[in-house]
Amino acid sequence: MYRLLEPFQFPFMVDAMVVGVAVGAVCAVLSCYLVLKGWSLMGDAISHAVLPGIVIAYAAGVPLAIGAFASGLLCAVLTGYIKANSRIKEDTVMGVVFTGLFAFGLVLFTKVKSDLHLDHILFGNILGLESGDLRDTLAIAGLTLTVILVLRRDLLLFCFDPGHARTIGLRSGLLYYTLLSLLAVTIVVSLKAVGIILVIAMLVTPGCVGYLLTDRFNRMMGIAVVTAAGCSFVGVYLSFFINASTGACIVLLQALVFVNALVFAPKHGLLATRRRRRAPAAAASAATGIPS
Amino acid sequence: MTAPTSDFDPLTVDVTGLTVAYPNGNVALREASFALHAGSICALVGINGSGKSTLFKAMMGLLRPSAGGVTVSGKTIRQALKRNLIAYVPQSEEVDWSFPVSVWDVVLMGRYGYMNFMRIPRAVDRRIAEESLARVGMSEFRERQIGELSGGQRKRVFLARALAQQGRIILLDEPFTGVDVNTETAIVTLLRELRDEGDIMFVSTHNLGSVPEFCDHVVLINRTVLAAGPTTEVFTEENLLRTFGGVLRHFRFDESTVQKHDGRAVTVLTDDERPLVFGKGGHLEYSQRKGHEAVVSQRKEKEDEDDVPRK
Repeated sequence: MYRLLEPFQFPFMVDAMVVGVAVGAVCAVLSCYLVLKGWSLMGDAISHAVLPGIVIAYAAGVPLAIGAFASGLLCAVLTGYIKANSRIKEDTVMGVVFTGLFAFGLVLFTKVKSDLHLDHILFGNILGLESGDLRDTLAIAGLTLTVILVLRRDLLLFCFDPGHARTIGLRSGLLYYTLLSLLAVTIVVSLKAVGIILVIAMLVTPGCVGYLLTDRFNRMMGIAVVTAAGCSFVGVYLSFFINASTGACIVLLQALVFVNALVFAPKHGLLATRRRRRAPAAAASAATGIPS
Repeated sequence: MTAPTSDFDPLTVDVTGLTVAYPNGNVALREASFALHAGSICALVGINGSGKSTLFKAMMGLLRPSAGGVTVSGKTIRQALKRNLIAYVPQSEEVDWSFPVSVWDVVLMGRYGYMNFMRIPRAVDRRIAEESLARVGMSEFRERQIGELSGGQRKRVFLARALAQQGRIILLDEPFTGVDVNTETAIVTLLRELRDEGDIMFVSTHNLGSVPEFCDHVVLINRTVLAAGPTTEVFTEENLLRTFGGVLRHFRFDESTVQKHDGRAVTVLTDDERPLVFGKGGHLEYSQRKGHEAVVSQRKEKEDEDDVPRK
């Protein structure tokens, strides 16, 4: 029994759990919009594109979050510009832009002398939070959550029907950049916890789980948040015992929940769809007496 | 149900010299001009890629014109949008039907422009949304997810949203595609009611047959406005051939296998594609005699026989 409670004895474990749950919740809320808007790749792109910003911010002595935010947004804006002014499709442009920025960041990283660990940027270092990290993360996470909750209906309409959003006087351009900024901020917040590679999963998986399990947006968001927070908590806890990368444990758990939802979801799961597809055939064969 | 919009009286939409070019240099619409007046249903007719969607987007303020522009009762689009004057009923293909929203959610979206920044519906918003839903006969489907509806029901939900918005200029993008005949009749009835209340309906369609039935005005476009005005003047064979070029499918009776004995008892079935024509006895008719000489000669004897007693 004592052994099972052991992780809670260490302040760094408790901090990790708190940060994990907070980051998971913010990512989950945002993931609902990304999944519905078809912006999953955007999360992927921005998270990679923050790397050069982090390195430059470090060299310039400004907070890393600011550099990350700026270069993440640069990626989105560049993508939008190239897409609008060339014949190349958006996903292709994005693929070129974010990998280019990521590569630029990697080259910069080797040229700038620093005490940053590339591993920590890529995969997070949730067990090595410094004093102040907890406070900063919670503050930014809280702020992001508040903005999303206040704008949640506008953002939903923007994802669902931008044309209508425009006709009722919503500024769709403003909402577009709001959503992008929220995404960039969320990725920055998640850096310490899971790093820029695994945050992609945190920004997609919980929303997918919610989407599979319900047909209503509010419930979808609730399910996403509970899933993400639960996986973060259990992931941090488990990593203590199996001595594995904490970020990876969190993401792996989310993936397991996703697989379960995919297979067993009552209405949109694979089993349910299969049952429905067979049901009419079974009914028909019962009626005619001919086995199908 | 209409909101006070006295400074927009009389209600008109003036499109003058509207040119829209996309950033990639493609000019989708060049110097388009026409006007819409209060209390009318106007059809927007043109082939795919003729600039119908572009025109709609420009009228909704989604695209910035490179020349010319759109005004509503002499005021800017932006001012009209602020007053919730312009409502849009999207094409079915544009909507993500698996989106996790209910019928009720969608209709309430029509009220967002009247709500506070948190978009929390007041009693009046709920009442108007309920009335709108009842007007299109969809009240009992309130809690359904939008994907669980039939094609016709889906259209009605978006019409209800436009009603809830109390827009006075309603843009409908292909409202009859994928819709059963009953729904089509119901939609047309509703549009007529709104017209009689003094609103403007602007309906894009390629369903030519229905245009003279319920539209009093027509705008024909192909990258520019080819003709615009009252249906009786504009909806002529010559104008339509200009609008559609060779794309329009013809069925000319003098070139077809339809013969004298068919008389006026010819049945024409069409879903807006090439018409299917049955002769008097229910036999198939072809648009060109060439290649079907056998069919014609076979029935020629019968035709002659039919003629005998009259001599």
